[in-house]
Amino acid sequence: MNDNPALRQSPQADTAPRTAETLLPPVDVIEDGAGITLYADLPGVPKDKLHLHVEADTLTIEGEIALPAPEGLESIHSEVGLPLYRRVFTLSKELDADRVAAEFAHGVLTLRIPKVEHAQPRRIPIQVG
Amino acid sequence: MFYRSLFPRDVFAELDRIQRGLQQGGGDLSPNIRGTARGGYPAMNVGSTPRSVEIYAFAPGIDPASLDVQLEKGVLTVAGERTSVLPPKDAPATVHIDERFSGRFRRVVTLPDDVDPNAVDARYTDGVLHISVQRKAAAQPRRIHIQ
Repeated sequence: MNDNPALRQSPQADTAPRTAETLLPPVDVIEDGAGITLYADLPGVPKDKLHLHVEADTLTIEGEIALPAPEGLESIHSEVGLPLYRRVFTLSKELDADRVAAEFAHGVLTLRIPKVEHAQPRRIPIQVG
Repeated sequence: MFYRSLFPRDVFAELDRIQRGLQQGGGDLSPNIRGTARGGYPAMNVGSTPRSVEIYAFAPGIDPASLDVQLEKGVLTVAGERTSVLPPKDAPATVHIDERFSGRFRRVVTLPDDVDPNAVDARYTDGVLHISVQRKAAAQPRRIHIQ
């Protein structure tokens, strides 16, 4: 029973805590033979406020809404009540996280994640001694 | 080949979303005859300043030319269509998650009585349609002659 908690590494130690409440953007995920395409709705997020992180096998999409608001604006009706989007996905091994291509237009993020090229069959040279 | 566990859904995030939806639904229910159609597309925020009414319609991925905005008798209508990105049924592709809206949409907002239908400005930026309607200049107080 050598279960000293001080010696154990917390599995949550390196994951960021949920500091703020965020919106969960709706996504479409489509897979074909060559890879996966992900579409995410992030309306109101300008290009410079969109953040994509790929770390190990975790893909994080984060965006901050920036709307032009005139002075003295008071909310009457609000359906989008938070200024932050966040959604996290786990990538599997056959996806090539280094070659993710991202496009962002009219508030829609399009991510293309190709699959790793399968190891080509290769001929092993036989050396004659 | 098995790709089923590619994108496991975050159960806690999903619960958060459901809870948030319940909280919002129980909030400010105004007795509007057109109701408060929450969860529709596009989502809308409406704000007010002393000089204008500001409407934000969160409509990402729309060709601005296909958006139709009309203001008639104090009722603002936003309509349009969003095309689906999903592959046709016979395509060699698998849809793992299908959450985004597609198809025709139409949402209606009742505006206050004092808006000026001739002073409307609509802009589509970053997937948000921002409509600004100016209020009429406050009627000057005037003296009523007694005959």
